[in-house]
Amino acid sequence: MTPKTAHHPIIQVRDLDFAYGDTKALSNISMDIEEKKVTALIGPSGCGKTTLLRCFNRMNDLIDNARILKGHIKVSNVDIYGENIDEIELRKYIGMVFQKSNPFPKTIYENIAYGLRIQGVRKKTLLDEVVEECLRGAALWNEVKDRLSESALSISGGQQQRLCIARALAVKPKILLMDEPCSALDPIATAKVEELIHQLKKDYTIVIVTHNMQQAARVSDKTAFFYVGELIEYSKTDDIFMNPSDPQTEAYVSGRFG
Amino acid sequence: MKRYFHNELSDIRTKLILIGEKSIEAGQLAVKGFLENDLDIIELALSLDDQIDDLEVEIDRAAVRYTTLRSPMSADVRLIFVAIKASHDLERAGDEAHSIAKKTRNILNRYGNIENPVHIEKMALLAFDMMRDAITCFVEEDIELAQSIPPRDKEVDNLNKENFKTLSDRATTDLIDTPTAIETILISKSIERIADHSKNLAQEVVYLLTGK
Repeated sequence: MTPKTAHHPIIQVRDLDFAYGDTKALSNISMDIEEKKVTALIGPSGCGKTTLLRCFNRMNDLIDNARILKGHIKVSNVDIYGENIDEIELRKYIGMVFQKSNPFPKTIYENIAYGLRIQGVRKKTLLDEVVEECLRGAALWNEVKDRLSESALSISGGQQQRLCIARALAVKPKILLMDEPCSALDPIATAKVEELIHQLKKDYTIVIVTHNMQQAARVSDKTAFFYVGELIEYSKTDDIFMNPSDPQTEAYVSGRFG
Repeated sequence: MKRYFHNELSDIRTKLILIGEKSIEAGQLAVKGFLENDLDIIELALSLDDQIDDLEVEIDRAAVRYTTLRSPMSADVRLIFVAIKASHDLERAGDEAHSIAKKTRNILNRYGNIENPVHIEKMALLAFDMMRDAITCFVEEDIELAQSIPPRDKEVDNLNKENFKTLSDRATTDLIDTPTAIETILISKSIERIADHSKNLAQEVVYLLTGK
């Protein structure tokens, strides 16, 4: 892969139409997601933001009748809906963190090591190294380093969410998709995840779906506003929240929508 | 927990201190130019005005941005509002410095020197001490110092009244030409306004630190 500048689009969406059965969920979406930036997708429920997020790592393949009607998505210049695409490889390249933390019912250590084990890594020293690196990367190491053999379900919700982020980092992705990663967390845990997002963007591209506009304003570099399946406005976060071009965006971010 | 965007608040604080320093510098240079009849110093004072205006705009923008994007609460909200108000007071103080410098330049261009029968030097010392202390109490979060500043405004007011009386009496009896008398009265008034702005700043710092 050729080296890229900081502003190179790592994800390119072009003319994308997407439907669940006969119901169109996304219409004519075109957008570039920049590398090593945080991009927030905002909009009311049902606007298509999560659908788009799930298109990026082909999670929608798991839903019957869900399909792309037209357009394409390229990740690092590769058409991810093209032939010969291995979804498992794709999902290693593009990690995902969900609304509700979903650690495996295993130890903290095994949650991180799991991805490597199924890749055939057996060497204990290497596994130890990666577990520590990922937990440090997710700003969790100091809190759990003495409890690695305890169940992942024994730690707090906020810690579980950061563990899921650490787990996603273990397979060395380039992109992290986050679907409402803080909606089940208290303000302190939310702040920790937001700080983590800020640190992670040095190394990863992050796309985050959030209903919390203050969160989008705090964490993202660019923000896209969706409404009934259309991309209404996509711009620098400063512009979207301080001086949006579209009256619909203005109404949404100022709480006057509907 | 320190958040990454708290640095933006520190930047606003730093800019506020900087606009304060510039404003004091402009005022002191303007008064020095008046007392020493020195046009070069006056030009130096005038040149600071644009920098002060630019800083006020930068602070306002940063404050609006922080309010919009960072959802501040409590003391952080007070800092943002104080930044907007204080930068306005400091910009106004800078304008008064600019006005002193321009009037001094007018008099010097007419006569080459200034007859100064009034308390400009003493007033300036008091007013700029108030302003310096207002900035210090902001930097050091010193409530006692902040509360000690407003009562000092009275002495500056009294000197200004004395100056007005002396200059208008002299103009009436032709001891000083009327344009110079008027311009010196306005210079005195500008210093009195600088003390007023310093008083406002001190009150804003008390609000910042106590919420009252």
